[in-house]
Amino acid sequence: LTVLPFRANAAADDAIAAFTGGAAMADTGVTLTAPEIAENGNTVPISVESEGAVAIMVLAAGNPTPGVATFTFGELAGAHAASTRIRLAGTQDVIAIAQMADGSFAKASSNVKVTIGGCGG
Amino acid sequence: MAEGVKPRVKAPSKAAAGEAVVLKTLISHQMESGQRKNADGTPIPRSIINRFTCEFNGKSVIDVKMEPAISTNPYFEFEAVIPEAGDLKFTWYDDDGSVYEDTKSVAIG
Repeated sequence: LTVLPFRANAAADDAIAAFTGGAAMADTGVTLTAPEIAENGNTVPISVESEGAVAIMVLAAGNPTPGVATFTFGELAGAHAASTRIRLAGTQDVIAIAQMADGSFAKASSNVKVTIGGCGG
Repeated sequence: MAEGVKPRVKAPSKAAAGEAVVLKTLISHQMESGQRKNADGTPIPRSIINRFTCEFNGKSVIDVKMEPAISTNPYFEFEAVIPEAGDLKFTWYDDDGSVYEDTKSVAIG
């Protein structure tokens, strides 16, 4: 039995299904870098990288709305990588799913412990 | 509606042809998530920047779809290949219909 994250969220599964069309996801091919502990959930630095990806979707499974961002790389993208700062409502898994040029998908996730939540609710 | 929105971009002014350069962008924006409530308990309506794009001479570098989980003052760092001299164009699209733009010229050298 695993401990459920901050809030079990079917919406995250729906978002994944909408992005992948239900395709299987490889465990390697995408790198998600996130802090292990974030003191302030209002601004958590993350970065994603996936060689050969056309798009990378980032989800926060424990947020009220799981969507974070979708990066679509153009023909002049240098590295298929990007960094940004996100909000996390509480301790949860952050998920990155990369869509490869050949149509396959890869997934990575990282658990982030949040001391102060970032939704101000 | 969104006041004091100011884009900032850090890009090199020169690059070797074909070189990948690092770009850093920050735009001041409150990114109201729609989840917060004011003192009366009524939700504050969502007001965010929902899309960011970067192009070089009309060719796409990156196109980001943004959701309320992006932090206040959205920051992005990514790389672009500079094949020739030209202009990097950065565009942010606000929920209220505003479009914010910034341009940086890159020379070959």
